[in-house]
Amino acid sequence: MNYSLITLEFLAALLGLAVLVADLWVPSTARRALGLGLAAALSCLLALAVGSLAPQSGSAFSGMFVVDDLARYFKGFFLFAGLAVVLMAVEFAPKFGAGLSEFFSLTVFAMVGMLCAASANDLALLFVSLELVTVTFYVLNSFQRTRLASLEAGVKYLILGGVSSAFMVFGIALVFGMANSTNFAVLAAKQKELAGSAVFLVGLLLILVGLGFKIAAVPLQMWAPDVYQGSPAPATAFLAIGSKAAGFVLLIRLFIGALPQVTAEWHRLFVVMSAATILYGSLCAIPQRNLKRLMGYSSIANAGYLLLGLVAASYTATSAGPTAMLVYLGGYAFTVLAAFAVISALANHVDGDDISALSGLGQRSPVLAAGLTAAIVSLAGIPPMAGFFGKVLLIQGVLAAAPGHPELYALIAVAVVGVVLSLYYYFGVIRAIYWGGQSANLSTIPVALPTRLLLGSCVVGMLVLGVFPQGLVKLADQAVAGLSHPAAAAPVKAAH
Amino acid sequence: MTAMDSLTPVLLTPVVTAVLLLLIPGNLRVVLRSVAILGSALTAWTAIGLFARFQPGQVGLQFESLVPWVTVGPLKLAYHVGADGLNIGLILVTGLVGLAAVLVSWNIERHVKLFYVLLMLIIAGAMGAFASLDLVLFYFFNELALVPTFIMIGVWGRGEDRNWAAFKITLYLTLGALTALVGLVALHGAAGADSLDVTVLQRHLAAHPLPAAAQLWIFPLVVFGFAVLVGLFPFHSWAPIGYAAAPTATAMMHAGILKKAGLYAILRVAVPLMPEGASRWLPLVAVLAIGNLLHCAWVALRQKDMNLLIGNSSLAHMGFAFLGIASLTVIGVTGTVLLMVAHALLAGLSFALSGYLETQTGTLDMTRMGGLLRRMPFYGTALVMGFMAGCGLPGFANFAGEATILFGSWKSLPWLVVIAAWSGLVIGAVAMLRALRAVLQGPERPEFARVADAGHWRRLPFVVLLAAMVLFGVAPGILTSRIEPAAKVVVAAHLPSPPAAAAAPASAQPAGTPAQPGH
Repeated sequence: MNYSLITLEFLAALLGLAVLVADLWVPSTARRALGLGLAAALSCLLALAVGSLAPQSGSAFSGMFVVDDLARYFKGFFLFAGLAVVLMAVEFAPKFGAGLSEFFSLTVFAMVGMLCAASANDLALLFVSLELVTVTFYVLNSFQRTRLASLEAGVKYLILGGVSSAFMVFGIALVFGMANSTNFAVLAAKQKELAGSAVFLVGLLLILVGLGFKIAAVPLQMWAPDVYQGSPAPATAFLAIGSKAAGFVLLIRLFIGALPQVTAEWHRLFVVMSAATILYGSLCAIPQRNLKRLMGYSSIANAGYLLLGLVAASYTATSAGPTAMLVYLGGYAFTVLAAFAVISALANHVDGDDISALSGLGQRSPVLAAGLTAAIVSLAGIPPMAGFFGKVLLIQGVLAAAPGHPELYALIAVAVVGVVLSLYYYFGVIRAIYWGGQSANLSTIPVALPTRLLLGSCVVGMLVLGVFPQGLVKLADQAVAGLSHPAAAAPVKAAH
Repeated sequence: MTAMDSLTPVLLTPVVTAVLLLLIPGNLRVVLRSVAILGSALTAWTAIGLFARFQPGQVGLQFESLVPWVTVGPLKLAYHVGADGLNIGLILVTGLVGLAAVLVSWNIERHVKLFYVLLMLIIAGAMGAFASLDLVLFYFFNELALVPTFIMIGVWGRGEDRNWAAFKITLYLTLGALTALVGLVALHGAAGADSLDVTVLQRHLAAHPLPAAAQLWIFPLVVFGFAVLVGLFPFHSWAPIGYAAAPTATAMMHAGILKKAGLYAILRVAVPLMPEGASRWLPLVAVLAIGNLLHCAWVALRQKDMNLLIGNSSLAHMGFAFLGIASLTVIGVTGTVLLMVAHALLAGLSFALSGYLETQTGTLDMTRMGGLLRRMPFYGTALVMGFMAGCGLPGFANFAGEATILFGSWKSLPWLVVIAAWSGLVIGAVAMLRALRAVLQGPERPEFARVADAGHWRRLPFVVLLAAMVLFGVAPGILTSRIEPAAKVVVAAHLPSPPAAAAAPASAQPAGTPAQPGH
């Protein structure tokens, strides 16, 4: 067994524990410095993960844990997201009151869950890593203990998350009952016979329910707006990017990698899911007045766009769909993190997080104004930002599969309508930044260096991915290429 | 090919200027304005140089450069820019109107840095859109101007309605652009080519023509999507409101330049690549163009606000452009391109003039003006020249364009359409002359006693634009000799006999396409 494969997860978990221990000696005035130290350590880890010390390909724990290009892609992704969230938390610290170190270490533990999810090749590991993520988020979401909305967010997430976990574990039991294994490779090998079994399909559907909850896809989206609004901004950011991407990497691995036949049979389900998610998110976002709630609906709509990739994969065998999903997620990470970096930095200087509270931001802090504008432009899918290429690739993937399937043309029409609607609510934010309302307070907002760096790198990331997306596309192509079954065939032989 | 003979410098100059502006502290207004003027002047100078070096009478692309950009699965995108008769004139006027737009913005006082950065982005977007031969690149540049437009209308715009106008213009433009984008991606899928490069598509479709059934549904997506950007009736209502609310420079760039990107794309992509779709759908476009010619001209007649008058009459002129395209003749298409160039100058000039008037009088309500010619002799003369050009007075480039379109349409379109065009001209003339009377003539008003004529430097933008209009009006051959070979390629499939000279190396006109029966 090759234990070296889990070095990254191991080191990250150790880092989380180290923060908890260090908390005992660090005076309470220096907790933010602790956060910066953690961020530095995470950047080292990120450098290791993408640099020459990237984990070798292979599988461990009887094929339960795999490291391939897809896993490496997402490990880098989650490490960057975790690093950004820690930096946001440092900025957000005055709002927490007490327990800053715990927030840091919980963030790292959630990230470890995501790192494991990126490598999960077994329903058991899928469940365990998702639970690690979900349970930490119960705490992270309700971290502002004196704020009612935050507690409400935590409880809502707890109840709905618990229900969806129950569905998922029940589904896993049914699948295990029929397949006699929880390993994706075994499921892939047996899918022909299993696809005829109603019990297996019901089990799989229940697993889809659990994953749908993670990515906030209709009909499992109702928690998102409330939880996004109530949670502290750094936790919301991690929910919006980390938790969602963890759901998507598992969707890709299970439904596109392991069980393409079932996916192909369920293509109508995915079309409906995608269209409903896009429409629900876009329509409900229109009347929103709260920026974080708006981001909640926008995140639902974005889950719908990402599902377009799954739709494409369910119609054709080409890798266009999953590649587009990966590219879109890559750009989405920079975009969402930039937006929440601004929201976190604003938390100490404006009252509440209503969109109207942004008025005068163009004067109060040109840096934050420009960062948020760039993020909004990218979310709306307008060049030269990253969101543009992601959307083009997703729509192109669906369109390539469309001839002969009129429902796909309808889906594309829905996506286009969603984009136009989204412009309305996104541009409302830009309006608030530059000319909405009269702000009584026009004092300048100081922006700390770490936040400047984070925001700067996110904006540069969005621009680079928007203007020169070739590098990311290549990475995504590679990651998706190793997805299909020949790679997973070896453990199957061992199992027989 | 040397670096001088590429379009890249003319695209890069505004982008570099925008980046430079970002680096300058926001309180150094004079420096910011000087850098913006220098950057746009350099852009205009480069564009003039390109126009002068362009070899007239040649078929095919010049100043071409091609660098691979992104390859995604079956789709190869490239940074592919080049000029032929369709776009070289537009690149020239983008430079000129861009310079004028920067020059007239002397009265901007708030957020000066942001203003010039956004204006430079609009200029860069327009240049890039006209220069692009790859359709995704075209879309990319065209959308680059969207956010700046929105912010500029909101922050520096006029009137209480500017909020609504900003949203309306943004949503309309996006809806149009996205519809066109879906059409373009569908075109890529149906053609089976590995690229959305116009030249590749042309070559590919010459060998494997697109099935007529596919053309019939893709063509309207592309054409009506782009037509929204131009303001084809009944998708035009965003334009006058948006221009009335926009700051002067934005209105100049949008009405003058960006609107032409839609027409350009129709000429570059839809008509030459989908000849059967064109012959099926363009009659409908011609009918809708009558809406522009009659309805918008009539609406212009009723306006009291000078910007609304200019916005509506500019839509009426777009009706001519659509008519020229719908004629599917070499003369009609040549006239359309000529008109696009002329109208870019005219719309830029008109909005510059109305913007100056507002700085002096504080209003654009024409019923409250009068007798201003005596106070502002230079300005008044420029206004008379501009508005006269707007009603098609010979000697200005607009006359050349409109007359050519009418000649071209006469051959292939029913007489009804041409009569409608004439009535559009007459209504337009009445609107313009009434406006001139209201503003310049009549008794002087005491409240405008302190109105001042444009000083030396402030005359410069008007002089630049008027000079170009007169130059192309007196010698339209400068433009038509460059446009005509490209116009022939656009309507190649609709010419009575198969084109004999399919010798163009780079443009590779669809010579293999059989002449359509019935044309």
